[in-house]
Amino acid sequence: MSEVLVVVEATTEFGVKKVTLEMLTLARELGTPSAVVLGGAGAAEALAGKLGEYGAEKIYAAEGEEIDGYLVAPKATVVADLVKRVQPTAVLLASSQEGKEIAARLAVKLDNGILTDVVALAADGTATQVAFAGSTIVKSKVTRGLPLVTVRPNSVNPTPAAATPTVEQLTVTVTDSDKLAKVVDRVAEQKGSRPELTEAGVVVSGGRGVGNADNFKLVEELADLLGGAVGASRAAVDSGFYPHQFQVGQTGKTVSPQLYIALGISGAIQHRAGMQTSKTIVAVNKDGEAPIFELADFGVVGDLFKVVPQAAEEIRKRK
Amino acid sequence: MNIVVLVKQVPDSGADRNLRTDDNTVDRGSANNVINEMDEYAIEEALKIKEAHGGEVTILTMGPDRATESIRKALSMGPDKAVHVVDDALHGSCAVATSKVLAAALGQLNADLVLCGSESTDGRVQVMPHMLAERLGVAALTGARKLTVDGTTLTVERQTEEGYEVVTASTPAIVSVWDTINEPRYPSFKGIMAAKKKPVQTLSLADLGVAANEVGFDGATSTVVEHSKRPPRSGGVKVTDEGSGGTQLVEFLATEKFV
Repeated sequence: MSEVLVVVEATTEFGVKKVTLEMLTLARELGTPSAVVLGGAGAAEALAGKLGEYGAEKIYAAEGEEIDGYLVAPKATVVADLVKRVQPTAVLLASSQEGKEIAARLAVKLDNGILTDVVALAADGTATQVAFAGSTIVKSKVTRGLPLVTVRPNSVNPTPAAATPTVEQLTVTVTDSDKLAKVVDRVAEQKGSRPELTEAGVVVSGGRGVGNADNFKLVEELADLLGGAVGASRAAVDSGFYPHQFQVGQTGKTVSPQLYIALGISGAIQHRAGMQTSKTIVAVNKDGEAPIFELADFGVVGDLFKVVPQAAEEIRKRK
Repeated sequence: MNIVVLVKQVPDSGADRNLRTDDNTVDRGSANNVINEMDEYAIEEALKIKEAHGGEVTILTMGPDRATESIRKALSMGPDKAVHVVDDALHGSCAVATSKVLAAALGQLNADLVLCGSESTDGRVQVMPHMLAERLGVAALTGARKLTVDGTTLTVERQTEEGYEVVTASTPAIVSVWDTINEPRYPSFKGIMAAKKKPVQTLSLADLGVAANEVGFDGATSTVVEHSKRPPRSGGVKVTDEGSGGTQLVEFLATEKFV
Protein backbone atom coordinates (compact mmCIF):
# COMPACT_ATOMS: atom_id res chain seq x y z
CA MET A 1 0.00 0.00 0.00
CA SER A 2 1.23 3.43 -0.68
CA GLU A 3 2.14 6.05 1.83
CA VAL A 4 -0.15 8.50 3.58
CA LEU A 5 1.71 11.51 4.94
CA VAL A 6 0.66 12.71 8.38
CA VAL A 7 2.09 16.09 9.33
CA VAL A 8 2.70 15.83 13.07
CA GLU A 9 1.41 18.39 15.56
CA ALA A 10 3.17 18.34 18.89
CA THR A 11 3.94 20.65 21.76
CA THR A 12 7.15 20.82 23.73
CA GLU A 13 5.16 20.41 26.91
CA PHE A 14 2.87 17.48 26.08
CA GLY A 15 4.60 15.85 23.10
CA VAL A 16 2.50 14.41 20.26
CA LYS A 17 -0.95 15.96 20.22
CA LYS A 18 -4.02 13.76 20.24
CA VAL A 19 -5.09 14.99 16.80
CA THR A 20 -1.87 13.47 15.41
CA LEU A 21 -2.84 10.09 16.84
CA GLU A 22 -6.28 10.53 15.28
CA MET A 23 -4.66 11.25 11.92
CA LEU A 24 -2.42 8.18 12.18
CA THR A 25 -5.49 6.07 12.97
CA LEU A 26 -7.29 7.54 9.97
CA ALA A 27 -4.22 7.12 7.73
CA ARG A 28 -4.08 3.37 8.47
CA GLU A 29 -7.45 3.02 6.72
CA LEU A 30 -6.08 4.68 3.61
CA GLY A 31 -2.57 3.25 3.29
CA THR A 32 0.72 3.10 5.17
CA PRO A 33 1.13 6.02 7.58
CA SER A 34 4.34 8.04 7.42
CA ALA A 35 4.73 10.78 10.02
CA VAL A 36 6.35 14.07 9.05
CA VAL A 37 8.00 15.87 11.96
CA LEU A 38 8.79 19.55 11.41
CA GLY A 39 10.47 21.24 14.34
CA GLY A 40 13.55 22.15 16.27
CA ALA A 41 16.64 19.94 16.57
CA GLY A 42 15.89 16.53 18.07
CA ALA A 43 12.12 16.85 17.61
CA ALA A 44 11.66 13.50 15.83
CA GLU A 45 13.61 11.48 18.35
CA ALA A 46 11.46 12.75 21.19
CA LEU A 47 8.24 11.84 19.37
CA ALA A 48 9.21 8.59 17.62
CA GLY A 49 8.00 6.26 20.37
CA LYS A 50 4.47 7.64 20.43
CA LEU A 51 4.23 7.86 16.63
CA GLY A 52 5.28 4.21 16.31
CA GLU A 53 2.75 3.18 18.93
CA TYR A 54 -0.02 4.50 16.66
CA GLY A 55 1.25 2.88 13.50
CA ALA A 56 3.76 5.22 11.86
CA GLU A 57 5.89 2.94 9.67
CA LYS A 58 8.22 5.75 8.75
CA ILE A 59 9.17 9.13 10.14
CA TYR A 60 10.45 11.93 7.94
CA ALA A 61 12.20 14.57 10.01
CA ALA A 62 13.04 18.14 9.07
CA GLU A 63 14.62 19.86 12.01
CA GLY A 64 16.47 22.97 13.01
CA GLU A 65 16.39 26.75 13.11
CA GLU A 66 15.57 26.94 9.38
CA ILE A 67 12.28 25.17 10.15
CA ASP A 68 11.49 26.40 13.62
CA GLY A 69 12.58 30.03 13.41
CA TYR A 70 9.95 31.19 10.90
CA LEU A 71 6.21 30.99 10.34
CA VAL A 72 4.96 28.08 8.22
CA ALA A 73 6.57 28.81 4.83
CA PRO A 74 9.72 26.62 5.28
CA LYS A 75 7.57 23.75 6.57
CA ALA A 76 5.37 23.93 3.49
CA THR A 77 8.41 23.86 1.22
CA VAL A 78 9.73 20.73 2.93
CA VAL A 79 6.38 18.93 2.73
CA ALA A 80 5.85 19.96 -0.91
CA ASP A 81 9.24 18.52 -1.86
CA LEU A 82 8.42 15.32 0.02
CA VAL A 83 5.04 14.99 -1.68
CA LYS A 84 6.67 15.33 -5.11
CA ARG A 85 9.22 12.66 -4.21
CA VAL A 86 7.11 9.96 -2.51
CA GLN A 87 3.79 10.56 -4.33
CA PRO A 88 1.60 9.74 -1.31
CA THR A 89 -2.04 8.63 -1.50
CA ALA A 90 -3.09 11.51 0.74
CA VAL A 91 -1.67 14.24 2.98
CA LEU A 92 -3.26 14.79 6.39
CA LEU A 93 -2.67 17.83 8.59
CA ALA A 94 -4.37 19.05 11.75
CA SER A 95 -7.16 21.58 11.35
CA SER A 96 -5.29 24.00 13.57
CA GLN A 97 -4.12 27.43 12.48
CA GLU A 98 -0.68 26.06 11.60
CA GLY A 99 -2.00 22.92 9.92
CA LYS A 100 -4.37 24.94 7.74
CA GLU A 101 -1.62 27.39 6.86
CA ILE A 102 0.84 24.71 5.77
CA ALA A 103 -1.98 23.11 3.75
CA ALA A 104 -2.80 26.47 2.17
CA ARG A 105 0.74 26.87 0.87
CA LEU A 106 0.86 23.22 -0.26
CA ALA A 107 -2.33 23.73 -2.26
CA VAL A 108 -0.77 26.62 -4.18
CA LYS A 109 2.66 25.00 -4.58
CA LEU A 110 1.17 21.75 -5.89
CA ASP A 111 -1.88 23.33 -7.59
CA ASN A 112 -3.93 20.92 -5.53
CA GLY A 113 -7.39 21.11 -3.95
CA ILE A 114 -7.72 21.48 -0.19
CA LEU A 115 -10.42 20.46 2.30
CA THR A 116 -10.37 21.81 5.86
CA ASP A 117 -12.19 20.85 9.08
CA VAL A 118 -12.62 17.27 7.94
CA VAL A 119 -14.19 14.87 10.45
CA ALA A 120 -14.10 11.69 8.33
CA LEU A 121 -12.28 10.56 5.21
CA ALA A 122 -13.37 7.58 3.10
CA ALA A 123 -10.98 5.37 1.14
CA ASP A 124 -12.15 6.96 -2.12
CA GLY A 125 -11.12 10.39 -0.84
CA THR A 126 -14.60 11.62 0.04
CA ALA A 127 -14.29 13.88 3.07
CA THR A 128 -17.02 14.79 5.53
CA GLN A 129 -17.02 18.35 6.84
CA VAL A 130 -19.34 20.25 9.12
CA ALA A 131 -20.22 23.78 8.06
CA PHE A 132 -22.20 26.80 9.25
CA ALA A 133 -21.74 26.38 12.97
CA GLY A 134 -22.30 22.64 12.79
CA SER A 135 -25.71 22.97 11.15
CA THR A 136 -24.75 21.50 7.78
CA ILE A 137 -22.91 18.30 6.88
CA VAL A 138 -20.97 18.46 3.64
CA LYS A 139 -19.33 15.67 1.65
CA SER A 140 -16.57 16.91 -0.59
CA LYS A 141 -13.77 15.66 -2.78
CA VAL A 142 -10.53 17.08 -4.02
CA THR A 143 -10.81 17.00 -7.82
CA ARG A 144 -7.33 18.20 -8.68
CA GLY A 145 -4.36 16.41 -7.15
CA LEU A 146 -4.35 14.17 -4.09
CA PRO A 147 -6.61 14.43 -1.04
CA LEU A 148 -5.02 17.28 0.95
CA VAL A 149 -7.12 17.51 4.08
CA THR A 150 -6.94 19.07 7.52
CA VAL A 151 -8.52 16.94 10.24
CA ARG A 152 -10.52 18.47 13.05
CA PRO A 153 -9.48 17.39 16.57
CA ASN A 154 -11.81 14.92 18.31
CA SER A 155 -13.11 13.47 15.03
CA VAL A 156 -11.60 9.99 15.20
CA ASN A 157 -11.10 7.65 18.13
CA PRO A 158 -7.32 7.14 18.26
CA THR A 159 -6.37 3.46 18.48
CA PRO A 160 -2.83 2.12 18.89
CA ALA A 161 -1.30 -0.30 16.35
CA ALA A 162 2.36 -0.79 17.11
CA ALA A 163 4.95 -0.28 14.41
CA THR A 164 8.68 0.29 14.50
CA PRO A 165 9.27 3.36 12.39
CA THR A 166 12.44 4.03 10.46
CA VAL A 167 13.58 7.64 10.66
CA GLU A 168 14.73 9.54 7.59
CA GLN A 169 16.32 12.94 8.12
CA LEU A 170 15.32 15.25 5.29
CA THR A 171 17.76 17.71 3.80
CA VAL A 172 16.21 21.09 4.37
CA THR A 173 16.61 23.43 1.43
CA VAL A 174 14.42 26.44 1.95
CA THR A 175 14.59 29.63 -0.10
CA ASP A 176 14.93 33.22 1.10
CA SER A 177 11.26 33.81 0.33
CA ASP A 178 10.41 31.13 2.93
CA LYS A 179 12.22 33.15 5.58
CA LEU A 180 10.33 36.43 5.38
CA ALA A 181 8.30 36.01 8.59
CA LYS A 182 10.80 35.55 11.38
CA VAL A 183 9.85 34.46 14.88
CA VAL A 184 11.86 36.70 17.21
CA ASP A 185 10.34 35.62 20.50
CA ARG A 186 8.19 32.83 21.92
CA VAL A 187 6.61 33.53 25.27
CA ALA A 188 5.12 30.61 27.18
CA GLU A 189 2.12 31.51 29.27
CA GLN A 190 1.12 29.64 32.35
CA LYS A 191 -0.89 26.59 31.33
CA GLY A 192 -1.34 24.49 34.43
CA SER A 193 -2.18 20.84 34.05
CA ARG A 194 -5.47 21.13 32.15
CA PRO A 195 -5.77 19.50 28.73
CA GLU A 196 -5.62 21.65 25.62
CA LEU A 197 -9.04 23.12 24.82
CA THR A 198 -9.58 21.73 21.29
CA GLU A 199 -8.36 18.26 22.26
CA ALA A 200 -10.02 17.85 25.65
CA GLY A 201 -12.62 15.12 26.14
CA VAL A 202 -14.48 17.34 28.59
CA VAL A 203 -14.88 21.12 28.35
CA VAL A 204 -16.53 23.26 31.02
CA SER A 205 -17.26 26.81 29.84
CA GLY A 206 -18.47 29.92 31.59
CA GLY A 207 -20.40 32.84 30.17
CA ARG A 208 -21.66 36.24 31.17
CA GLY A 209 -23.68 34.61 33.92
CA VAL A 210 -20.49 33.75 35.79
CA GLY A 211 -20.42 37.44 36.68
CA ASN A 212 -16.73 38.21 37.17
CA ALA A 213 -13.20 36.88 36.76
CA ASP A 214 -12.98 35.65 40.32
CA ASN A 215 -16.09 33.49 39.95
CA PHE A 216 -14.43 31.60 37.11
CA LYS A 217 -12.77 29.57 39.88
CA LEU A 218 -16.10 27.74 40.04
CA VAL A 219 -15.85 26.84 36.34
CA GLU A 220 -12.24 25.74 36.83
CA GLU A 221 -13.13 23.64 39.84
CA LEU A 222 -15.78 21.67 37.94
CA ALA A 223 -13.42 21.28 34.96
CA ASP A 224 -10.68 19.93 37.22
CA LEU A 225 -13.02 17.46 38.90
CA LEU A 226 -13.94 16.10 35.46
CA GLY A 227 -10.38 16.23 34.07
CA GLY A 228 -11.49 18.78 31.53
CA ALA A 229 -10.45 22.04 29.91
CA VAL A 230 -11.95 25.45 30.68
CA GLY A 231 -13.63 27.53 28.00
CA ALA A 232 -15.38 30.86 27.94
CA SER A 233 -18.01 32.54 25.81
CA ARG A 234 -17.23 35.70 23.90
CA ALA A 235 -19.35 37.70 26.33
CA ALA A 236 -17.22 36.45 29.22
CA VAL A 237 -13.98 37.16 27.36
CA ASP A 238 -15.10 40.62 26.25
CA SER A 239 -16.04 41.38 29.85
CA GLY A 240 -12.51 40.44 30.90
CA PHE A 241 -13.54 37.38 32.96
CA TYR A 242 -11.21 34.98 31.18
CA PRO A 243 -8.36 35.19 28.60
CA HIS A 244 -9.13 35.20 24.90
CA GLN A 245 -7.25 32.01 24.06
CA PHE A 246 -9.97 30.08 25.88
CA GLN A 247 -12.82 31.59 23.88
CA VAL A 248 -15.16 29.02 22.34
CA GLY A 249 -17.28 30.14 19.41
CA GLN A 250 -17.42 31.72 16.01
CA THR A 251 -14.43 34.00 16.62
CA GLY A 252 -12.64 31.61 18.94
CA LYS A 253 -11.92 27.90 19.18
CA THR A 254 -14.14 25.15 17.83
CA VAL A 255 -14.43 22.24 20.22
CA SER A 256 -16.09 18.88 19.86
CA PRO A 257 -15.58 17.06 23.16
CA GLN A 258 -17.43 14.03 24.54
CA LEU A 259 -18.96 16.30 27.20
CA TYR A 260 -19.53 20.05 27.06
CA ILE A 261 -20.88 21.87 30.10
CA ALA A 262 -22.12 25.44 29.57
CA LEU A 263 -22.45 27.52 32.73
CA GLY A 264 -24.23 30.85 32.55
CA ILE A 265 -24.07 30.85 28.74
CA SER A 266 -27.21 31.87 26.87
CA GLY A 267 -26.18 30.05 23.69
CA ALA A 268 -26.07 32.78 21.05
CA ILE A 269 -25.12 31.58 17.57
CA GLN A 270 -21.66 33.06 18.19
CA HIS A 271 -21.13 30.48 20.92
CA ARG A 272 -23.03 27.58 19.37
CA ALA A 273 -20.77 27.80 16.31
CA GLY A 274 -17.90 26.61 18.45
CA MET A 275 -19.47 23.76 20.42
CA GLN A 276 -22.57 22.51 18.63
CA THR A 277 -21.00 19.22 17.54
CA SER A 278 -20.07 18.18 21.10
CA LYS A 279 -21.33 14.66 21.81
CA THR A 280 -23.14 15.41 25.06
CA ILE A 281 -24.13 18.91 26.13
CA VAL A 282 -25.12 19.99 29.64
CA ALA A 283 -26.28 23.51 30.47
CA VAL A 284 -26.95 25.47 33.63
CA ASN A 285 -28.66 28.81 33.21
CA LYS A 286 -31.10 30.84 35.26
CA ASP A 287 -33.11 31.78 32.17
CA GLY A 288 -35.24 28.79 31.20
CA GLU A 289 -35.81 30.31 27.76
CA ALA A 290 -32.09 30.55 26.93
CA PRO A 291 -31.36 29.00 23.51
CA ILE A 292 -28.59 26.85 25.00
CA PHE A 293 -31.35 24.55 26.33
CA GLU A 294 -32.37 23.70 22.74
CA LEU A 295 -29.00 21.97 22.42
CA ALA A 296 -28.67 20.51 25.88
CA ASP A 297 -29.05 16.80 26.55
CA PHE A 298 -29.45 17.79 30.17
CA GLY A 299 -30.32 21.28 31.32
CA VAL A 300 -30.74 22.77 34.76
CA VAL A 301 -32.74 25.97 35.05
CA GLY A 302 -31.29 27.55 38.14
CA ASP A 303 -28.66 29.65 39.81
CA LEU A 304 -25.25 28.33 38.79
CA PHE A 305 -23.81 29.54 42.11
CA LYS A 306 -26.04 27.01 43.85
CA VAL A 307 -26.10 24.24 41.24
CA VAL A 308 -22.38 24.07 40.46
CA PRO A 309 -21.05 23.88 44.06
CA GLN A 310 -23.62 21.18 44.78
CA ALA A 311 -22.58 19.26 41.66
CA ALA A 312 -18.90 19.59 42.61
CA GLU A 313 -19.63 18.30 46.09
CA GLU A 314 -21.60 15.37 44.68
CA ILE A 315 -18.75 14.42 42.31
CA ARG A 316 -16.29 14.48 45.23
CA LYS A 317 -18.59 12.21 47.21
CA ARG A 318 -18.73 9.70 44.39
CA LYS A 319 -14.96 9.62 43.85
CA MET B 1 1.84 53.55 3.47
CA ASN B 2 -0.35 52.03 0.76
CA ILE B 3 -2.71 49.62 2.52
CA VAL B 4 -5.18 47.22 0.91
CA VAL B 5 -7.83 45.58 3.10
CA LEU B 6 -9.46 42.37 1.87
CA VAL B 7 -13.19 42.44 2.61
CA LYS B 8 -15.52 39.53 2.02
CA GLN B 9 -19.28 39.68 1.98
CA VAL B 10 -20.77 36.73 3.86
CA PRO B 11 -24.24 35.56 4.88
CA ASP B 12 -25.08 36.87 8.36
CA SER B 13 -23.84 34.28 10.84
CA GLY B 14 -26.69 35.18 13.18
CA ALA B 15 -29.27 33.84 10.73
CA ASP B 16 -29.96 30.43 9.23
CA ARG B 17 -27.35 29.70 6.58
CA ASN B 18 -27.56 27.14 3.79
CA LEU B 19 -25.88 25.70 0.78
CA ARG B 20 -27.85 25.88 -2.43
CA THR B 21 -29.49 22.68 -3.60
CA ASP B 22 -28.82 23.35 -7.31
CA ASP B 23 -25.06 23.95 -7.36
CA ASN B 24 -23.92 23.39 -3.74
CA THR B 25 -22.56 26.93 -3.33
CA VAL B 26 -23.28 29.22 -0.38
CA ASP B 27 -26.84 30.50 -0.62
CA ARG B 28 -26.40 34.27 -0.77
CA GLY B 29 -29.79 35.00 -2.27
CA SER B 30 -31.97 34.21 0.71
CA ALA B 31 -29.50 35.43 3.30
CA ASN B 32 -28.89 38.80 4.83
CA ASN B 33 -25.41 39.52 3.51
CA VAL B 34 -22.96 41.46 5.66
CA ILE B 35 -19.26 42.32 5.87
CA ASN B 36 -17.36 39.41 7.36
CA GLU B 37 -17.12 40.58 10.96
CA MET B 38 -13.40 39.88 11.30
CA ASP B 39 -12.67 42.14 8.30
CA GLU B 40 -14.00 45.15 10.21
CA TYR B 41 -11.06 44.77 12.58
CA ALA B 42 -8.71 44.76 9.59
CA ILE B 43 -10.31 47.97 8.28
CA GLU B 44 -9.98 49.60 11.70
CA GLU B 45 -6.31 48.61 11.92
CA ALA B 46 -5.67 50.01 8.44
CA LEU B 47 -7.29 53.33 9.36
CA LYS B 48 -5.24 53.57 12.55
CA ILE B 49 -2.02 52.96 10.62
CA LYS B 50 -3.01 55.59 8.05
CA GLU B 51 -3.78 58.07 10.82
CA ALA B 52 -0.35 57.50 12.38
CA HIS B 53 1.81 57.12 9.28
CA GLY B 54 -0.17 58.62 6.37
CA GLY B 55 -0.96 56.87 3.11
CA GLU B 56 -4.05 55.43 1.52
CA VAL B 57 -6.49 52.64 2.36
CA THR B 58 -8.11 50.62 -0.43
CA ILE B 59 -10.81 47.99 0.02
CA LEU B 60 -10.49 44.91 -2.22
CA THR B 61 -13.51 42.64 -2.59
CA MET B 62 -14.16 39.71 -4.89
CA GLY B 63 -17.84 38.90 -5.09
CA PRO B 64 -21.08 39.25 -6.99
CA ASP B 65 -22.79 42.57 -7.83
CA ARG B 66 -24.55 42.72 -4.50
CA ALA B 67 -21.21 42.83 -2.67
CA THR B 68 -21.37 46.56 -3.53
CA GLU B 69 -23.48 47.02 -0.37
CA SER B 70 -20.65 45.71 1.78
CA ILE B 71 -18.08 47.77 -0.10
CA ARG B 72 -20.04 50.99 0.61
CA LYS B 73 -20.42 49.96 4.23
CA ALA B 74 -16.66 49.37 4.47
CA LEU B 75 -15.95 52.75 2.83
CA SER B 76 -18.25 54.47 5.32
CA MET B 77 -15.78 53.57 8.07
CA GLY B 78 -13.16 55.76 6.35
CA PRO B 79 -11.11 54.01 3.62
CA ASP B 80 -10.31 56.08 0.53
CA LYS B 81 -11.46 53.86 -2.31
CA ALA B 82 -12.36 50.34 -3.33
CA VAL B 83 -11.70 47.76 -6.00
CA HIS B 84 -14.44 45.25 -6.75
CA VAL B 85 -13.51 42.13 -8.70
CA VAL B 86 -16.76 40.98 -10.24
CA ASP B 87 -17.32 38.50 -13.03
CA ASP B 88 -20.08 35.93 -13.61
CA ALA B 89 -17.43 33.28 -14.28
CA LEU B 90 -16.22 33.53 -10.67
CA HIS B 91 -19.31 31.82 -9.26
CA GLY B 92 -18.31 28.47 -7.75
CA SER B 93 -14.63 29.32 -7.31
CA CYS B 94 -12.63 27.30 -4.78
CA ALA B 95 -10.10 28.82 -2.39
CA VAL B 96 -7.17 28.03 -4.68
CA ALA B 97 -8.81 29.83 -7.61
CA THR B 98 -9.93 32.71 -5.39
CA SER B 99 -6.33 33.23 -4.30
CA LYS B 100 -5.26 33.34 -7.94
CA VAL B 101 -7.75 36.13 -8.67
CA LEU B 102 -7.00 38.16 -5.52
CA ALA B 103 -3.25 37.80 -6.13
CA ALA B 104 -3.72 39.15 -9.65
CA ALA B 105 -5.69 42.11 -8.29
CA LEU B 106 -3.11 42.79 -5.58
CA GLY B 107 -0.46 42.69 -8.28
CA GLN B 108 -2.07 45.81 -9.79
CA LEU B 109 -2.46 47.67 -6.49
CA ASN B 110 1.15 47.88 -5.27
CA ALA B 111 0.27 47.53 -1.61
CA ASP B 112 2.90 47.89 1.08
CA LEU B 113 0.59 46.14 3.49
CA VAL B 114 -2.39 43.85 2.90
CA LEU B 115 -4.69 43.44 5.90
CA CYS B 116 -7.50 40.94 6.30
CA GLY B 117 -9.54 39.17 8.96
CA SER B 118 -8.14 35.89 10.30
CA GLU B 119 -11.06 33.94 8.89
CA SER B 120 -14.44 34.45 7.30
CA THR B 121 -17.49 33.48 9.30
CA ASP B 122 -18.93 31.42 6.41
CA GLY B 123 -16.10 29.09 5.41
CA ARG B 124 -13.78 29.56 8.42
CA VAL B 125 -11.02 28.07 6.28
CA GLN B 126 -8.20 30.52 7.23
CA VAL B 127 -6.11 29.76 4.16
CA MET B 128 -6.22 32.97 2.13
CA PRO B 129 -3.31 34.96 3.67
CA HIS B 130 -0.83 32.15 3.11
CA MET B 131 -2.15 31.29 -0.35
CA LEU B 132 -1.70 34.93 -1.36
CA ALA B 133 1.72 35.15 0.28
CA GLU B 134 2.80 32.03 -1.58
CA ARG B 135 1.66 33.48 -4.91
CA LEU B 136 3.08 36.97 -4.33
CA GLY B 137 6.32 35.93 -2.64
CA VAL B 138 5.70 38.14 0.38
CA ALA B 139 5.50 37.44 4.11
CA ALA B 140 2.25 36.41 5.80
CA LEU B 141 1.90 37.27 9.48
CA THR B 142 -1.32 35.66 10.61
CA GLY B 143 -3.57 35.90 13.63
CA ALA B 144 -2.24 39.23 14.89
CA ARG B 145 -3.53 40.51 18.21
CA LYS B 146 -1.11 43.45 18.00
CA LEU B 147 0.57 45.09 15.00
CA THR B 148 3.35 47.67 15.15
CA VAL B 149 4.59 49.53 12.08
CA ASP B 150 8.07 51.07 12.20
CA GLY B 151 9.13 52.32 8.77
CA THR B 152 9.16 49.21 6.61
CA THR B 153 9.33 46.82 9.58
CA LEU B 154 6.18 45.11 10.79
CA THR B 155 6.03 43.42 14.18
CA VAL B 156 3.13 41.20 15.11
CA GLU B 157 2.16 39.57 18.35
CA ARG B 158 0.12 36.40 17.78
CA GLN B 159 -1.58 34.02 20.18
CA THR B 160 -0.43 30.42 20.12
CA GLU B 161 -1.63 27.45 22.11
CA GLU B 162 1.37 27.67 24.43
CA GLY B 163 1.46 31.43 24.84
CA TYR B 164 2.29 33.99 22.20
CA GLU B 165 4.89 34.65 19.52
CA VAL B 166 6.45 37.86 18.29
CA VAL B 167 7.06 37.77 14.55
CA THR B 168 8.66 40.35 12.27
CA ALA B 169 8.75 40.96 8.54
CA SER B 170 9.49 43.76 6.12
CA THR B 171 6.91 45.27 3.82
CA PRO B 172 5.38 44.29 1.48
CA ALA B 173 3.51 41.77 3.63
CA ILE B 174 0.10 40.34 4.46
CA VAL B 175 -1.22 40.54 8.02
CA SER B 176 -4.39 38.84 9.23
CA VAL B 177 -5.96 40.03 12.47
CA TRP B 178 -8.12 38.58 15.22
CA ASP B 179 -10.90 40.48 16.94
CA THR B 180 -8.65 41.13 19.96
CA ILE B 181 -6.57 43.68 18.05
CA ASN B 182 -8.85 46.73 18.30
CA GLU B 183 -12.43 47.97 18.54
CA PRO B 184 -13.79 48.87 15.09
CA ARG B 185 -15.34 52.31 14.80
CA TYR B 186 -18.94 52.84 13.81
CA PRO B 187 -19.44 54.74 10.57
CA SER B 188 -20.41 58.37 11.23
CA PHE B 189 -23.24 60.03 9.32
CA LYS B 190 -20.59 62.07 7.51
CA GLY B 191 -18.73 58.86 6.71
CA ILE B 192 -21.83 57.24 5.29
CA MET B 193 -22.53 60.24 3.07
CA ALA B 194 -18.89 60.46 1.94
CA ALA B 195 -18.80 56.75 1.10
CA LYS B 196 -21.41 57.25 -1.59
CA LYS B 197 -18.98 59.44 -3.54
CA LYS B 198 -15.81 57.42 -3.05
CA PRO B 199 -14.39 55.73 -6.16
CA VAL B 200 -15.16 52.03 -6.63
CA GLN B 201 -13.28 50.50 -9.54
CA THR B 202 -14.62 47.27 -10.97
CA LEU B 203 -12.27 44.71 -12.47
CA SER B 204 -13.25 41.71 -14.59
CA LEU B 205 -11.25 38.54 -15.08
CA ALA B 206 -10.11 39.92 -18.44
CA ASP B 207 -8.81 43.06 -16.70
CA LEU B 208 -6.78 40.80 -14.42
CA GLY B 209 -5.51 38.50 -17.15
CA VAL B 210 -7.07 35.42 -15.54
CA ALA B 211 -8.78 32.95 -17.89
CA ALA B 212 -12.41 32.06 -17.12
CA ASN B 213 -11.64 28.33 -17.11
CA GLU B 214 -9.14 28.80 -14.27
CA VAL B 215 -11.91 29.86 -11.89
CA GLY B 216 -15.52 29.02 -11.11
CA PHE B 217 -16.74 25.45 -11.38
CA ASP B 218 -14.45 24.74 -14.36
CA GLY B 219 -11.33 25.67 -12.47
CA ALA B 220 -12.35 24.30 -9.08
CA THR B 221 -9.84 22.02 -7.34
CA SER B 222 -12.48 20.48 -5.08
CA THR B 223 -16.18 19.83 -5.28
CA VAL B 224 -19.10 19.35 -2.92
CA VAL B 225 -20.58 15.92 -3.57
CA GLU B 226 -23.61 16.31 -1.34
CA HIS B 227 -24.79 18.22 1.71
CA SER B 228 -27.53 17.92 4.25
CA LYS B 229 -28.81 19.75 7.29
CA ARG B 230 -27.64 18.22 10.53
CA PRO B 231 -30.72 16.99 12.40
CA PRO B 232 -31.48 19.35 15.27
CA ARG B 233 -30.54 18.02 18.68
CA SER B 234 -33.54 16.84 20.58
CA GLY B 235 -34.72 14.66 23.38
CA GLY B 236 -32.96 16.64 26.06
CA VAL B 237 -34.13 16.79 29.64
CA LYS B 238 -34.63 20.14 31.35
CA VAL B 239 -35.12 20.34 35.08
CA THR B 240 -35.71 23.35 37.29
CA ASP B 241 -33.46 23.54 40.32
CA GLU B 242 -35.51 23.17 43.46
CA GLY B 243 -32.57 22.46 45.70
CA SER B 244 -31.19 19.33 44.08
CA GLY B 245 -30.26 20.57 40.58
CA GLY B 246 -26.56 19.97 41.13
CA THR B 247 -27.13 16.42 42.34
CA GLN B 248 -29.45 15.71 39.41
CA LEU B 249 -26.79 17.04 37.04
CA VAL B 250 -24.21 14.64 38.47
CA GLU B 251 -26.69 11.76 38.31
CA PHE B 252 -27.05 12.48 34.60
CA LEU B 253 -23.25 12.58 34.20
CA ALA B 254 -23.06 9.24 36.03
CA THR B 255 -25.58 7.56 33.72
CA GLU B 256 -23.47 8.81 30.79
CA LYS B 257 -20.36 7.46 32.56
CA PHE B 258 -18.60 10.82 32.89
CA VAL B 259 -18.24 10.39 36.67
